[in-house]
Amino acid sequence: MNTVFYISAGVAIVSTFLVITRRNAVHALLYLIVSLLSVALIFFALGAPFIAALEVIIYAGAIMVLFVFVIMMLNLGPQAVEQESRWLSPGIWVGPTILALILIIELLYTLTLEGNQRVGISNIEPKQVGIVLFGPYLLGVELASMVLLAGLVGAYHLGHRDQTKRSRGL
Amino acid sequence: MASVPIAHGLLLAGVLFVLGLVGILVRRNIIFILMSIEIMLNAAGLAFVVAGARWGQPDGQVMFLFILTMAAAEVSVGLALVLQLYHRFKTLDADAISTLRG
Amino acid sequence: MFELLWLIPAWPFVGFLVLGLIGPRLSRTKIAAIGVGSVGLSALLAILIGLRFLGSPPLGYAYSQTLWTWMRVGEFAPEMALYLDALSLVMVLVVTFVGFLIHLYSTEFMIDEEGYSRFFAYMNLFVGSMLILVLADNLLFLYLGWEGVGLCSYLLIGFWYKDPANGRAARKAFIVTRVGDTAMAIGLFLLFHTLGTLEIQELMHRASQRWSAGSTLAVAAAALLLGGAVGKSAQLPLQTWLPDAMAGPTPVSALIHAATMVTAGVYLIARTQVLFTLAPVVQSAVAIIGAVTLLLAGFSALTQWDIKRVLAYSTISQIGYMFLALGVGAWSAAIFHFMTHAFFKALLFLGAGVVILGLHHEHNLFQMGGLRKQLPLTFWTFLIASGSLAALPLVTAGFYSKDLILEYAWSSEIGSPWLWAAGVLGALITSVYTFRMVFLTFFGPPKAHVRRAPGGRMQIPLVILAILSLGSGFVELPPTLGPLTLFSDFLHTALPATTARQAPWRTELALQMIAGAVSLGGVYLAYLLFLRNPRYVEDLVRTPWGRALHRFWFVGWGFDGVYDRLIVRPYIQIAQRNQRDFIDLIYEGIARIHKGFHRALSRTQTGQLRWYATGIAAGAAITIALAVFL
Repeated sequence: MNTVFYISAGVAIVSTFLVITRRNAVHALLYLIVSLLSVALIFFALGAPFIAALEVIIYAGAIMVLFVFVIMMLNLGPQAVEQESRWLSPGIWVGPTILALILIIELLYTLTLEGNQRVGISNIEPKQVGIVLFGPYLLGVELASMVLLAGLVGAYHLGHRDQTKRSRGL
Repeated sequence: MASVPIAHGLLLAGVLFVLGLVGILVRRNIIFILMSIEIMLNAAGLAFVVAGARWGQPDGQVMFLFILTMAAAEVSVGLALVLQLYHRFKTLDADAISTLRG
Repeated sequence: MFELLWLIPAWPFVGFLVLGLIGPRLSRTKIAAIGVGSVGLSALLAILIGLRFLGSPPLGYAYSQTLWTWMRVGEFAPEMALYLDALSLVMVLVVTFVGFLIHLYSTEFMIDEEGYSRFFAYMNLFVGSMLILVLADNLLFLYLGWEGVGLCSYLLIGFWYKDPANGRAARKAFIVTRVGDTAMAIGLFLLFHTLGTLEIQELMHRASQRWSAGSTLAVAAAALLLGGAVGKSAQLPLQTWLPDAMAGPTPVSALIHAATMVTAGVYLIARTQVLFTLAPVVQSAVAIIGAVTLLLAGFSALTQWDIKRVLAYSTISQIGYMFLALGVGAWSAAIFHFMTHAFFKALLFLGAGVVILGLHHEHNLFQMGGLRKQLPLTFWTFLIASGSLAALPLVTAGFYSKDLILEYAWSSEIGSPWLWAAGVLGALITSVYTFRMVFLTFFGPPKAHVRRAPGGRMQIPLVILAILSLGSGFVELPPTLGPLTLFSDFLHTALPATTARQAPWRTELALQMIAGAVSLGGVYLAYLLFLRNPRYVEDLVRTPWGRALHRFWFVGWGFDGVYDRLIVRPYIQIAQRNQRDFIDLIYEGIARIHKGFHRALSRTQTGQLRWYATGIAAGAAITIALAVFL
């Protein structure tokens, strides 16, 4: 199981790096899906099978699909790819990379202060998660459903294109 | 099950998060920015699950569930806004939409 | 009955509020009714309370009424409290009664003016503040009234504000009295700091216990209070404002600058007399100031051609008499003279107002003449008042009050023959200038025709004041005429008796005869110089010495010029050099720095999404670094 963890971790990092450097949006999305699947494997290795399933179903299965739909709706075409290659000059990577390195160094420093416990010893069953959700986190579940309702209504209203010529956007 | 040192798990989450951050700062296309946000959210959720697994409690997974829910709502609204943006400005350039300047 | 004491100052304040808020919308009759009625009610109530006070006086001859506590800061808790004793009762009666008569007079005098309601509002505010001043229980409350009357004086002098000269006169009055007010305020600070209270009776008690006679603190406190009194009462060296204050309407001059406000200084010194007795050097200063001022102003009054300026200098001179009396310890005599002076000086001003209005705003004495046939009632009342001012013997009230002062100036333990001599010389000059005014106005060939005769509302106050100018003296007769000491006995419940050397009967009679002869002689001198043979004076004035002396006395002995050169002009020069105020630069600098920051920060709001994201990321990096590494 340890090797599964490390291999999946490597795949995740590489595919994420590829996501942010692609010029074609659909390519980037597909690499993102790969990254999410490898993270799901990591979850499974750490003893959280329920969450692993959810990651695949919801994140990779629904959210990414939504992304794909929207990109297809935008109907961008090959000039979008050329535009991206114009925008992605090597010079602009310098600043963010430095910022990223600073954050990683800080994280490493904090991690060295911690003890070296081991994780993933036990498997946490979906039933346990369910009991906790219906117990202490009941309110959170209700709030989460509120968020989803708000997202639903907002997305419908914002995405609605007024058919008459008076459309002023929102 | 596996027994990985917690430092490695958190480091992985940190690296993924930082990659998402770099993606936001570098890319000009809004779609890519939204994708990078998803990467960051995913990485944060990974950190939660690792933490939950360290204590052997389902709380970490519950947090990830909430993050997932929030990401779903945010993506739907965000993409609807992107559609509106494209309809009005005819471009997906984030630098072009700067009318809220001071 | 005494519980209604607070209504006496309250009525005029109510009148002020009503007239101030809705005055312009009311008709002249209603305005007059409110303006005169409020003071009239106060006068009526004052008379009733006075009768009760005389009939069944309260314990210790003093009544105290606390309205509420003004503020409470640590140990400092002054109250708005009223204190009624013999002294304040006399003041209240004079202020309300004379005030009522003057208000009645001005309903007709000011009838053609715009700003009718404004006039009565200010007058009511003035009467209210003056009543607060005289009824106040503690010095802070007194100071409130003090400032209030100063404000109303400014407002009323500059009543006809469209002419900038009136504004200048009002400002001059305010600024000069302010100098005195500042000294008084410092005196109040000193008193509170050293004695711990400002309540007058308690203050007097503590001062007499803790301070020995002549101690530095007593001298300082008394001198500072004297500074305030000198400013408000227009004595040396702060007397320059009163002649210019005649720019205001004549009723204002009558009420404020003759009968009431200018006597506030006299009241203050009488009220706090313990402090002055504890500082003999200051008390002597009071007497000397009084003596010098009465002579100075008298000489100036001889040369004036504006009828109101003659009366103004006359007021300064008569208040000098009151100061003289206070300075030799004759407290009751000073208040007696205040009372009679209020009556006859108000009458003189009101009469002058009739003449001025009748000749269509003519002030110049040399343009008047022979008016006694055209304005008979005014002539007779004016004559009575002039007689009282000149202290014509035996019949006029002024004679009795001035005689009392002269007697104490001679015989008091701290009096001196020099002071008496100054008083007698002053009486001669008073007589001369007073009857110069009478002869030039009412006798001789008529130079102008009266266009407007006074109506009933102007004549009734003249008659009443004339009766009082004659009769009010008979409450206090000197020993040579069979002693009658009603007034001083009444006041001795509040003020200490004057310690006087008992002079032999004949000396006193001699002194009185001299004083009487002097006043009659002055009348005759005025007749000779200004009626019979005016050429003589005119020729005298044309000689170089005569012209110089006349000029010198005309400008009030040059005080205005000295102040102008010494204080006013340098101040204006400094102000002009500081036009780009250097203190303002500090604030401008602060504003400019702010604007610079604003511009810099504005540039960070580019509207670029990625710029903002970079900001967040960098901030996160720095904050985590601070949290982790520190």
